[in-house]
Amino acid sequence: MFQAILNSKEEEKMDEEIENKVILHGSFASPYSKRIELALKLKSIPYQFVQEDLQNKSQTLLRYNPVHKKIPVLVHNGKPISESLFIIDYIDETWRNGPHLLPEDPYRRSKVRFWANYIQLHLYDVVIKVVKSEGEEQEEALTEVKEKLRVIEKEGLKEIFSDTDGEPTVTNETMSLVDIVMCTLLSPYKAHEEVLGLKIIDPEIVPGVYGWINAINETRVVKDLSLPYEQVLEILRVFRQMSLSRS
Amino acid sequence: MGEKEEVKLLGVWYSPYAIRPKIALRLKSVDYDYVEENLFGTKSELLLKSNPVHKKIPVLLHNNKPIVESLNIVEYIDETWNSSAPSILPSHPYDRALARFWSDFVDNKWFPALRVAAIAKSEDAKAKAMEEVEEGLLQLEDAFVSISKGKPFFGGEVIGFMDICFGSFVVLLKAREKFKAEKLLDESKTPSLCKWADRFLSDETVKNVAPEVEKVAEFLQELEVRAQSAASRS
Repeated sequence: MFQAILNSKEEEKMDEEIENKVILHGSFASPYSKRIELALKLKSIPYQFVQEDLQNKSQTLLRYNPVHKKIPVLVHNGKPISESLFIIDYIDETWRNGPHLLPEDPYRRSKVRFWANYIQLHLYDVVIKVVKSEGEEQEEALTEVKEKLRVIEKEGLKEIFSDTDGEPTVTNETMSLVDIVMCTLLSPYKAHEEVLGLKIIDPEIVPGVYGWINAINETRVVKDLSLPYEQVLEILRVFRQMSLSRS
Repeated sequence: MGEKEEVKLLGVWYSPYAIRPKIALRLKSVDYDYVEENLFGTKSELLLKSNPVHKKIPVLLHNNKPIVESLNIVEYIDETWNSSAPSILPSHPYDRALARFWSDFVDNKWFPALRVAAIAKSEDAKAKAMEEVEEGLLQLEDAFVSISKGKPFFGGEVIGFMDICFGSFVVLLKAREKFKAEKLLDESKTPSLCKWADRFLSDETVKNVAPEVEKVAEFLQELEVRAQSAASRS
């Protein structure tokens, strides 16, 4: 019933403050933006996507996120929510039908949050550094990435997948916050490895993490939202070129 | 429930992060054992076992299950002891998102700037960081006014998530003001926050768990002496 109301209203008007309308201000190349798209798709929530030009941010965006001036911003019933991890919490708490993005059990929930934060705080920037740099700087960054992946292998998988004894299982129904965060960082690892000529995720050294990412990539929602491989390669190449020429 | 609940908190007396679960547990009237970890010495076996990834306090052990990271712990406490006491996080998802947003702002933008202002070597870096700290306080003032809507706390009538998050730094702020003889919480710039800060510190749930401003000021002095002697040795 909810979907029907939304669809018919979307046909009537495009007013932002319309009841239950969901708008995502994001960017097709941004992993943070992608997280929200994954969450919305997992919950089957229809939404309008507003592509923001990150070099020339809209007045609307600046009004919605005056503190950080960043995407993604989710607008629901005219009210803006910022910070991707909190947006996912909001989505999970507001649309209670459909799959849970965080476990119901408080202890398990704290583990999922912990590891999502770990990946965000300790892996993200370092992976980006590997893409943006070369030589010794790149080597150092890659060593750090591998170290963090080993931590996830050793300590993380058993906590995230405590239901299945540490064996990563990911489906459209079970995909959670931490799968989403991992996905938006390392799902395109093959493209990273091709562009950089480096191995980032070694199945011999981190077989569990390797299995995890491949399980993520096999889910329907990730396949649907993935850009074509060639396009991912191109985006990475351009990003790397621009970063190297700036340094 | 009849089941014996074992609740243990590993912390350090001075840490703002350790204050947070203490306040949350008091709000929910949960009894717990407190274990003071060694600040400058070796970390306990229990700490290393409970938080192998970061090896940091605070750690909450609930029936021997470890929960780490202060705001995670507060949310866990709120979700687990959810029957009687007031809710720490707001009930509406939008207000919860707002509380988390500002807590993230405090932890990942505002406090890091304060830390830089405290330890940076160059006067330029210090000044720039202080500007950020002051700007952050103005933003937090606005946030308080709009979120509290005339009530005493961010959480309304009772202390809530955002109060705990930002409030846990109030003692440190006041201690620093004493130690450095500089005003951070300025009535002329952030009048509402100043009043809120006093209200927070005198609240029943905070009074006996927050460290004394004097003690923290002395401790900050000790830290600076240690840092200087380490610098002169190298």
